[in-house]
Amino acid sequence: MLAANFLLLAAVIFCIGVYGVVARRNAVLVLMSVELILNSVNLNLVAFAVMNHTIDGQVFALFVIAIAAAEVGVGLAMVLMVYRNRHSISLDELSEMKG
Amino acid sequence: MSNTVASIVAVGDINVAQNVGFGVIALMMIVAAIRVVSTSDVVHAALWLVIVLAGVAAQYILAAAEFVAVSQVLVYIGAVMVLFLFGIMLTRAQIGGDRDVNNPTWALGIPAAVLLLGVLAWAVLDGVDELQGVDDSVIVDRGPAPTVQISDNFIGPYLVPFLALSFVLLAAAIGAIVLARKD
Repeated sequence: MLAANFLLLAAVIFCIGVYGVVARRNAVLVLMSVELILNSVNLNLVAFAVMNHTIDGQVFALFVIAIAAAEVGVGLAMVLMVYRNRHSISLDELSEMKG
Repeated sequence: MSNTVASIVAVGDINVAQNVGFGVIALMMIVAAIRVVSTSDVVHAALWLVIVLAGVAAQYILAAAEFVAVSQVLVYIGAVMVLFLFGIMLTRAQIGGDRDVNNPTWALGIPAAVLLLGVLAWAVLDGVDELQGVDDSVIVDRGPAPTVQISDNFIGPYLVPFLALSFVLLAAAIGAIVLARKD
């Protein structure tokens, strides 16, 4: 059951990424944790492609890779802008919109 | 459930080398991923992330998804990691450890992640019974090479999402330039 092993590994990586998003304060480290999550989803998609003997999972994985690249570009640009304005990238200091 | 777990952990009737390779790479990936979220040095976290991404690429090759593996190496290890390292450099992270990278409430993340892992693992192990009869060996003759099939899909059924994705990438590139411009 190679495909089930893939799914379990992806679950573990996903949870590590979720922990990183919750625990980290540095914005760059949060973006890295989001990358972990996206990669685990890609592993799942490729495992589904293996299970179903179709290529669609790999096509979806390529879509996710492209979207992730765009997300990192915009995300890091936003982090740079925040750093330029506040000289800090600590996410817990960005609380102006708190109700 | 117990024999289900045993059937997953057991080598089974598929390629032994494939299982051993999977286990070694998976262990490496999990250790590196934990280091990514636990190290206090931002640069070290980026370098551990390279290990995870390379491991994912290796798993794609094990799953006979060569084209996705090459894309993973080019896009993630090549482009995204350079972006991350530039981001770290431009935000002037202290080299050699920073005590201040975690939230004060970071410990709440551990029960959240463990709970989520329990739910996900239960879902996978519960659904794996239905997979028992499915032949998921990766060495099967699927007609044309996977790369040919991928390109046929991209310019066939997935043409509209593909074009939409190009616009998203263009918008992201312009948006990143506008956001990061200094004026």
